[in-house]
Amino acid sequence: MLGQTLYLCGRTLRNLLRQPIWIVVMVVQPMFWLLLYSQLFRRITDLPGFGTTSYVDYLTPGVAVMTAFFSGSWAGMGMIEDLDRGVLERFLATPAHRGAIVFGRILESAIVATLQAVLILVTGLTLGATNGGAGGWLVILAASFLVAAGFAGLSHGIALLTRQEASMIAVAQFIGLPLLFFSSLLIARELIPGWMQTLSLLNPVEWAVRAARGEALPGTDWGEMGAFVALLLAFAAAMAAFATWCFRSYQRTL
Amino acid sequence: MDAIVVDDVQKTYGKDVRALDGMTFSVPEGEVFGLLGPNGAGKSTTVRVLVTLTAADGGRATVAGHDVGRDPGAVRRAIGYVPQASGVDRDATGRENLVLQGRLQGMRRPDVERRAGELLDRFGLVDKANALVRTYSGGMKRRLDVATGLMHRPQVLFLDEPTTGLDPEARAAMWEELERLAGAERLTILLTTHYLEEADRLAQRVAIVSRGRVVVEGRPDDLKRGLRGDTVAVELADGQSHRAREIVGGLPDVHEAIAEGSRVHARVDQGARAVPVILAALDGAGVPARAVTVSRPSLDDVYLHHTGRDFRADDEAGGR
Repeated sequence: MLGQTLYLCGRTLRNLLRQPIWIVVMVVQPMFWLLLYSQLFRRITDLPGFGTTSYVDYLTPGVAVMTAFFSGSWAGMGMIEDLDRGVLERFLATPAHRGAIVFGRILESAIVATLQAVLILVTGLTLGATNGGAGGWLVILAASFLVAAGFAGLSHGIALLTRQEASMIAVAQFIGLPLLFFSSLLIARELIPGWMQTLSLLNPVEWAVRAARGEALPGTDWGEMGAFVALLLAFAAAMAAFATWCFRSYQRTL
Repeated sequence: MDAIVVDDVQKTYGKDVRALDGMTFSVPEGEVFGLLGPNGAGKSTTVRVLVTLTAADGGRATVAGHDVGRDPGAVRRAIGYVPQASGVDRDATGRENLVLQGRLQGMRRPDVERRAGELLDRFGLVDKANALVRTYSGGMKRRLDVATGLMHRPQVLFLDEPTTGLDPEARAAMWEELERLAGAERLTILLTTHYLEEADRLAQRVAIVSRGRVVVEGRPDDLKRGLRGDTVAVELADGQSHRAREIVGGLPDVHEAIAEGSRVHARVDQGARAVPVILAALDGAGVPARAVTVSRPSLDDVYLHHTGRDFRADDEAGGR
């Protein structure tokens, strides 16, 4: 099953690499966010609660997580394309492991998000961020991988349930901005109203941000970071299970 | 041994859409078998049950000796499936599609490469082997579909509407390809089609399917021979076909007359001799004919004879 997951993941990655515009957007967009936000909100760290005076330091992990979250939540579009073109049915008539079809897709999003996180990290470091040392960098990559995998699972599940692009787009947009703003991705947690802070603890995007940013801020709490990473891992596993369940329910409708 | 056995298979979608209603037929090893019927007759559903995509509600089906419900894995290893909706990856090359299919079928790498090269060659795709499928013509893409289904040297190949959507030239080329295929490997092929001439040309035996069950089954020639003589089709003014059927049906030379739309189809021993008699009788009764055609029996007539309905009209109505 692992081999087939890798083949199927390799297939979609290869197809993506053939789209020059996609590559340019995937590379430029996150760097653009980082440059734009870090200039737009440069003075924001004059406010208390950030724990650092370098907004780039604060923002780099956030943009990595945001990018991973977005590319994960839109992943289901690829599944709908495979559904519409009969690709999925062709796979289903082979002895290929059913799980590999879903896992290959999830892995694809996670790998893309991790590569983007590397680029963002390099850009951030160029702009003067430090984000702790190598340990902090690794946590940023791990958080990006897991948050992308989790939302990709959710997205593929919804794609398999709705089987329509319009519904898929509506859901991705519906969850996109609220989850982004119910987190301390752009702004210090102390500056967010208390009830939002509480609710944000249920938000996987917040878990990823808190884990990824842990080492950039003073008073690094590795235990707390570990807990958030563990939560993300559980989220990614639950969403992979959800996507597999949706896949079985799709098969039953055939 | 029979490569495909379908025994009283039932499938209902939702509460009341009966896609298969006691579908029964079998295909001996090495035969090319055609499931022929209008759109919505249940051909694709039958194939989907046999390739393990869809679970039947009742009945029993085996492919290459394996039960489709109890041992789907063994069935999947034994079959190639070419769906109606292509199913190849448009953003990959022809060769990549074949290689991925081989890997999913569990073939080993050197064998995958060799077999992919062999099939690209056989289906005339060598020049375009490394081009993206989205640049292929309709005919080339369909040939790649078939090649994909053959990748792991299956025992049974399912072709769902192999030439639907192709232009006449590409269809003719595909027919030649399929004829060669049937001759070469010891392969059992089940193809579905709503083109009567396709079934006539490619299939050694056909089953005519209507409303989820087989209405008649046999060799195309035998089926046509079963309808003795020629068919005379008489076109009439609106609303007169039933009256005309009574008149024509009462003539001594006419074996059978069926009214369908504004036409009456009559089966006679010799068309040329019957036409003047039929026309005179209709004229005499005050229901003049607008046009007359005489034809040798075709599978169209077989369908009409066994279902009492016109094939093309059913095709457009989607079998409802």
